[in-house]
Amino acid sequence: VTKEDEMTTLLTADAVVVERDAEGFVLRPEQWNETIAEGIARENGGSGLTDRHWLVVRFMRERYLTTGSAPSIRSLGKESGVPIKELYQLFPKGPAKLAAKIGGIPKPRGCI
Amino acid sequence: MKKRIVILGGGTGGTMAANRLRRRLDVDEAEIVVIDRDDAHVYQPGLLFVPFGLSRVEDIVRPRWEQLRDDIVFHEAEAEAVWLERNEVLLSDGAVLPYDVLIIATGVRLVPQETEGLTAEGWNERVFTFYTPDGAEQLQRALDWFDGGRIVVNLIDMPIKCPIAPLEFAFLADWYFRERRIRERVELLFATPLDGAFTKPVASERLAGLLEAKGIDLVTEFNVGEVDGGGRKLIAYDGRELDFDLLVTVPLHSGAPYVERSPGLGDALGFVPTDLQTLQTNAASNVFALGDATDLPTSKAGSVTHFEGEILTENVVRLLTGDELERGYDGHANCFIETGFDKALLIDFNYDTEPLPGHFPGTLGLPLLRESRLNHIGKLMFQWVYWHALLPGREIPGIGPSMPLSGKQRANV
Repeated sequence: VTKEDEMTTLLTADAVVVERDAEGFVLRPEQWNETIAEGIARENGGSGLTDRHWLVVRFMRERYLTTGSAPSIRSLGKESGVPIKELYQLFPKGPAKLAAKIGGIPKPRGCI
Repeated sequence: MKKRIVILGGGTGGTMAANRLRRRLDVDEAEIVVIDRDDAHVYQPGLLFVPFGLSRVEDIVRPRWEQLRDDIVFHEAEAEAVWLERNEVLLSDGAVLPYDVLIIATGVRLVPQETEGLTAEGWNERVFTFYTPDGAEQLQRALDWFDGGRIVVNLIDMPIKCPIAPLEFAFLADWYFRERRIRERVELLFATPLDGAFTKPVASERLAGLLEAKGIDLVTEFNVGEVDGGGRKLIAYDGRELDFDLLVTVPLHSGAPYVERSPGLGDALGFVPTDLQTLQTNAASNVFALGDATDLPTSKAGSVTHFEGEILTENVVRLLTGDELERGYDGHANCFIETGFDKALLIDFNYDTEPLPGHFPGTLGLPLLRESRLNHIGKLMFQWVYWHALLPGREIPGIGPSMPLSGKQRANV
């Protein structure tokens, strides 16, 4: 796989090209919409987003847009109303990362 | 009129802030009160060495009041709540303390009970943390008896104090068992929720290389959901399991309990949202915060607290005199990373620049991101510097709050 291939772009129904980074995170949150979210979820092995998925994705996105940073998995578990165990069932492997990706916001910076 | 500055917490940040402010402000200008729930000031970097018998708890603990200058009031009590609208603090002994300026320096607390099973069977028998003096001493006894098997070194999740310490523990464990000549009977494994050995790419790669060179296995993206001390295994949220004979973990961290009890002061984890550059909190213009207690996106480490302290002191004085605050803090952090065999690495970074190779503070200084004896000596000397220069609030020549770029090598992209 070349570097070029990793710079994936996604074409929506409205023919808007969404810019993404090498890992597939949307670079400009304003280019995001729900169709794109479904597309990214499918790309990552998901089969349709449920209400519980949307609850988490919207919470992540709103938090990012208001505070400038996405919540960690711990605060997600405490504040979104979805317990951490369920978060892992909804978004296997890395819930915070995957929900951010689907929600069209940058990769959570994690902590230092 | 005489002002009252109340500082919650008499650890690294609170002590430095109190001493610096006392030097800046006359006794008739301001009264400075430091509140802490106990009188034991722990030199926390020293805890890493206790499990290996390289340091003793009594050598790294001193009375808090002794570190404070004259004309600073030290009061032993726990903060119960901060009433922001009334500019008052309620203390555990029932006293209500009004303030003109409040400084939050209460650091973090460990919350092992938030991880399922962590404090159940096997806690302090085969499941340990060296992040408390008691835990470090118990672990020392356990390591003494350990004569073979698998040791898992782990951190449950970020943020933690001194994020490099679990790695240092793994490096020192390798050294310790080699010294005891039983290294081949000990399997060392480092399990982290991060996607690499450390948080920052360049340093992470180098540190992963060191783990490999020392024969320590690295397991990434391992998010502990449950500790089964009886069955001797760590269970991740994604279902993966890791067996251990001895677990050395770093429990989850939260802010001080009163932060959560004070409406508008903290976030969901009890950390205090704070301005990245001025150290003023989002809660109120006369409330500042520094050190581990903040939500700032930089390391929870003494060096950070030290650099923050310089800006915080300046801004508290400016607030009292009605001047505009200095947007001076850049996220500067540095730390020595003990790697065993009398060697250490040094890293230096800020909000924008990740740890890079080179030298600190300039081209002729200590080597960065490279093992050297000089860094190890630096790490050992640091305890003296801590008690005698940092806490009293003396400047260290050549080392300022802003990160130096000279001496650093930019990566070839």
